[in-house]
Amino acid sequence: MRGDPVGLNETLEQVGLVARRSVRRTLSQPALIIPTIVFPLLLLAINASGLGSATKIPGFPASSYLDFSITVCFMQGALFSAITAGTELATDIQSGFLNRLQLTPLRRVAILVGQLAGATTVALLGAVVYLVVGLIAGVKIESGVGGAFLLLAYAVFVAIAFSGIGATMGARTGSPEAVQGVFPLVFAVFFLSSMSMPRDLIAIDWFRTVATWNPTSYVIEGLRSLVITGWDGTALWRGAAVGAAVLVLTFWAASRALATRMART
Amino acid sequence: MRDFTAVAGAVLRRNLIHAFKNPALLMPSLIFPLLFLTAFAGGLSNVGNIPGFDFPSGYTTFQYVFVFLQSAAFGGVFTGFAVAADFESGFGRRLLLASPQRRGIVAGYVVAAICRWALTATIVTIAALIAGMEIDGNPAQLLGLVSLGLLTNIAACLWGTGLALRFQTLQAGPIMQIPIFLLLFMAPVYVPLHLIKGWVNTAASYNPITALVEAGRGFISATPDVVGLAYLSGAALVAAALVWTLTGLTRAERGE
Repeated sequence: MRGDPVGLNETLEQVGLVARRSVRRTLSQPALIIPTIVFPLLLLAINASGLGSATKIPGFPASSYLDFSITVCFMQGALFSAITAGTELATDIQSGFLNRLQLTPLRRVAILVGQLAGATTVALLGAVVYLVVGLIAGVKIESGVGGAFLLLAYAVFVAIAFSGIGATMGARTGSPEAVQGVFPLVFAVFFLSSMSMPRDLIAIDWFRTVATWNPTSYVIEGLRSLVITGWDGTALWRGAAVGAAVLVLTFWAASRALATRMART
Repeated sequence: MRDFTAVAGAVLRRNLIHAFKNPALLMPSLIFPLLFLTAFAGGLSNVGNIPGFDFPSGYTTFQYVFVFLQSAAFGGVFTGFAVAADFESGFGRRLLLASPQRRGIVAGYVVAAICRWALTATIVTIAALIAGMEIDGNPAQLLGLVSLGLLTNIAACLWGTGLALRFQTLQAGPIMQIPIFLLLFMAPVYVPLHLIKGWVNTAASYNPITALVEAGRGFISATPDVVGLAYLSGAALVAAALVWTLTGLTRAERGE
């Protein structure tokens, strides 16, 4: 049955079925959603107060550290989405749910894409909350209303791309604990970027080099440009290109890992 | 007393063997402080040039003290995880039944936390020295910094252990971590207290960890500051956490 050609409509229907379950499951866990949304905001408040004086450094690109760092929330939201996506897929593998799905005509792509719907929903919820709270706290978006909507779309796109990393890990390990255990390394990549300081103002040479080679810097800078610069084509296309590359690579890897997992089982 | 020491020794030995034979348990407590040190001392080093930033020993040293105390706190919390895991697996109940002196169990976990943190602190210190940390304090002042770390480590371990004895499940992990994380980050992490703006300044002024961080920075830069307040805060945190743990032990003994 699985080898039969399946039309686009049927595939979309299958994605919808898996996605509905994923969204319901994720939304029924407030303990998963609330920290994902609240924690980045809390860190934002602390960092904006603690590093407020950093705007006095000559050449700092924003007059408010809150404006500069609001996009870090979106990236943290994307990372939490990745953890959620990976953990949920791994839980389904561990509990034997994936084995049962193999007995159905569901296509692999439907399982993979549908499974990420829960994490994507949380990312969207988070992005809206970060933006609203940011605006209430006084964040000024230089790119205007259109830029605010693009910021939301960009944030969700990045979250989907990063969810692919979680899905790959979940499919490869089949263990929620292992997914959680690997994520400090993902956070390390995030920390070694231009998250807290513009690259040209990082005084330590090796750190600046690492941040320049770190693709995460370009995603953050793309998001950030909408808030502190306005419509900066270069920052936007660089960020979008990196996001697209992460998306393609991680979904390819997740699909391969899932294929291996399903063949094994 | 012999019973107490024997129980504490057995718990200590088991905990250390378990931790050092499972890199997955040990690595997070090593990686996170190094990550913070790299990100803060490396990525934010230019913050040391802000007008009004007056720490004499440089930004790496300024951040090292925070990361040192943060590693102490999280070393304690990670030991709390071990207690929770022991109770979740049923080992903790058997330990309670078998121990002639149950307070020795708590003592064993606390000493294990100190031993685990000693490794982390050594690695963080080596990393900071490689990154160019300047130490201006004399050996007695450095001992003062270590003693502040010990107080932080013991208080955090007792806090985590008290929670573990009450909840007896690893699901209590976030409740162990989040308050410690908030206390740490509501202290002057990136800049001295006088450069922090808004409500975080007010929160930091009343935060007991602020005194520990400021005294630690004073020790390492040979400009001791708020030393009495820091020890008072540290001792108060340990005393409160000890009461919390011992009442948790009583509840666990009763099977509550």
